[in-house]
Amino acid sequence: MLLQARGIVHAYAGKRALDGVDFTLRAGEVHALMGQNGAGKSTLIKVLTGAAPLQAGQISLAGRSIRPTSTQDAQRLGISTVYQEVNLCGNLSVAENIFAGRQPLRRWTRGGGIDWRGLNQRARTLLAGLDVEVDVRRELASLPVAVQQMVAIARAIDISARVLVLDEPTSSLDSDEVEKLFSAMKRLRDSGMAILFVTHFLDQVYAVSDRITVLRNGRLVGEYPATALDHAALVAAMVGRNSSREAAIANVTPGADTRDQPPVLSTRNLARRGSVSSVNLEIRPGEILGLAGLLGSGRTEVARLLFGLDRADAGEIRVSGQPVSLGDPAQAIAHHLAFCPEERKTEGIVEDLSIRDNIVLTLQARMGLWRKLKASERIELTDRLARLLDIRAASLDVPIGELSGGNQQKCLIARALATNPRLLILDEPTRGIDVAGKQEIMNQLTQLAAQGMALLFISAEVEELLRVATRIVVMRDRRQAGSLPGGSTEEQVYALIAAPAEAVQAGAP
Amino acid sequence: MIRKVLALPLFWPCTTLALLIVLNAAANPGFLALAWRDGHLYGNLIDILNRAAPLALVAAGMTLVIAARGLDISVGAVVAIAAATGALCVSATGSLGLAIVAALAVALLCGLWNGLLVVVAGMQPIIATLILMVAGRGVAQLITSGQIITIYYAPYDFIGNGFLFGLPFAAVLAVVVIVLLHALLTTTPLGLFIRAIGINPLAARIAGVRARPITLCLYGFCGLMAGLAGLIISSNVKSADANNAGTLLELDAILAVTLGGTALTGGRFSLAGTAIGALIIQTLTATIYSLGVPPEVNLVFKAALIFVVMLLQSAEFRASIRGLATRSPDPAT
Repeated sequence: MLLQARGIVHAYAGKRALDGVDFTLRAGEVHALMGQNGAGKSTLIKVLTGAAPLQAGQISLAGRSIRPTSTQDAQRLGISTVYQEVNLCGNLSVAENIFAGRQPLRRWTRGGGIDWRGLNQRARTLLAGLDVEVDVRRELASLPVAVQQMVAIARAIDISARVLVLDEPTSSLDSDEVEKLFSAMKRLRDSGMAILFVTHFLDQVYAVSDRITVLRNGRLVGEYPATALDHAALVAAMVGRNSSREAAIANVTPGADTRDQPPVLSTRNLARRGSVSSVNLEIRPGEILGLAGLLGSGRTEVARLLFGLDRADAGEIRVSGQPVSLGDPAQAIAHHLAFCPEERKTEGIVEDLSIRDNIVLTLQARMGLWRKLKASERIELTDRLARLLDIRAASLDVPIGELSGGNQQKCLIARALATNPRLLILDEPTRGIDVAGKQEIMNQLTQLAAQGMALLFISAEVEELLRVATRIVVMRDRRQAGSLPGGSTEEQVYALIAAPAEAVQAGAP
Repeated sequence: MIRKVLALPLFWPCTTLALLIVLNAAANPGFLALAWRDGHLYGNLIDILNRAAPLALVAAGMTLVIAARGLDISVGAVVAIAAATGALCVSATGSLGLAIVAALAVALLCGLWNGLLVVVAGMQPIIATLILMVAGRGVAQLITSGQIITIYYAPYDFIGNGFLFGLPFAAVLAVVVIVLLHALLTTTPLGLFIRAIGINPLAARIAGVRARPITLCLYGFCGLMAGLAGLIISSNVKSADANNAGTLLELDAILAVTLGGTALTGGRFSLAGTAIGALIIQTLTATIYSLGVPPEVNLVFKAALIFVVMLLQSAEFRASIRGLATRSPDPAT
């Protein structure tokens, strides 16, 4: 037993995020920490790594009682953390990032200063150990996120190598990159390191974990060997309901057939150089149009064009049949479009503003510079949307940055709904959100469509798209590769994502 | 209760101001005295209020620019340009109205120019406004043909030296402008937009906030405030000096904004705090006189005082002091 926590309690503003949680991490294991948004995973990690103070309970590391007061303190004790968002310096080289603050120095007889050759050499060796091949002198920001993540891990294990905490390390990686990360994790585990791993992808849990601890509503549900807990049992443990609900949700009915209604939005040969070419879409009221494709296929670019974040340089966009020019999100909003961006943190939330202010922001912006919502209207509207979307917060007046990722996403959907849009564009609305949260959000989307809203749903997860979309358009290599009706199989979609268009369309029903 | 008061955002700026006034009153027993003469109120406090007016106006404009993640270091030069324009206009035409309109219009243009450089050309605010900071003095000299223009037109005098309701006109003007501005920011969503832009400009734009035109207007407004200050300053000394009007005012304005609790990183701002910050700076100057500090060490003394004031305002510093205080009684633990 390397790291042991007993009876951990942590409260934010009087609300218990952790309520007497026990947790045990052994040397030489990969241990997955699972739970819905708001179950207390992040809080537990914060307490273990010194980012949040220990309010009650005990932590011991290799038998010695510890009380980390900061992440640096935890690191000195041997607990290193790699967070979801890489927090390194993009303008420094790979090697500099790994050794920042502890660069090897040259002897004064050789001129003093930083020993660059030694620094780069050590960085190379370290990364080779993780099976990463990269020029360690390159600027970090110029490298893919996956490599940046490996650099963060390299830094963490080089500083202290007893306990490594990975907080959703895979949410921005593609499947090859995930494979690489996993083999690195296995290698570290075999060398005797204890790895605590948080993810929302169930498959990944089984691919790499030896043991699973499940939290729910700030309490411990249980600790299980990964082999003894199957998928359904894991979800049941996280959600706390039996799998009948699972089944009910899986059968969400796709939106109604609305082929006879005029489209809310249509595009003809929409294109922008260096972005996408020749996009032809039609989205009708009550329809959920799915947009599938690999990372970099042009999914997000389409959304940016439709919402005026980029200006198209060819083709046209029609809203309710009228050609429109969209050069700014404010114009798109004036045409009753709404958008939930993929990058929640950098493009979505305004962190220090309250939840209420975040929700009303777009509505206020559309009302112009002079008209302000009455205080009572503002409260009524935000209360109603928070209830509708089940936003869980101690109070709606706290800064939105304090919420968990899933609740932040709900706030962004609430912000969009506050404007009563005719078309809602969602770019990866379920990314980084746990299973139950995903299902809740998808239920909401289906209901919105049932009330006549048009939705454009962009997702990398084909299974998710198939569950809600009435039609699916597939992007490949920044072009529209084809479309499939709702109810198609995953294989058909994957075939279209991967293969030339003609071959698949011939085989499509 | 005490903790609640301590957490009020304006608690420390107000405390600092009060301490400075107490210090003055201790050094100079007549400091707090107010007298009513010829229908006007006189006294050191009134004097501070009057002299702080141009700084408070400039700092109010600066507050909004900083809140939206910008900076304007050209305000001192814009003061000189506006002063020169006003002086030239009133000397040439003898029309007070025309002089005021011309000075304010030129100042507004200067501000919009800064805004264009930042918003359209995408320059870093400090560099964009550095251009006008340096070039502006030259422009002001061009307007005055390198001379100090002395103003003989009596009504112009009123702006900087006149009294309204027994109070100095400039002070009344500054209070009215700041109160109106506060009302504008709270009764319209403008305050929300400025904070959103300051915290996350990209997210604000995607949420539909017209960040670019708003930012442009804020720079324009900041220029306008500098123009108003230029009118007050030139009227106060009855002349326009292209080289010396408003020198280093930009730094005082930034200092006032900071003292008032506005974050230099954007987002959080307080107009009332800025007004108090301007009063703190002016009271500091008065302190130097009332303590009889010799002119040659004047600046060093001022710097030292500012240093103490900033320490007092720093939450980190106060926390470490408190840490020392609570630890010292029982060193064994």
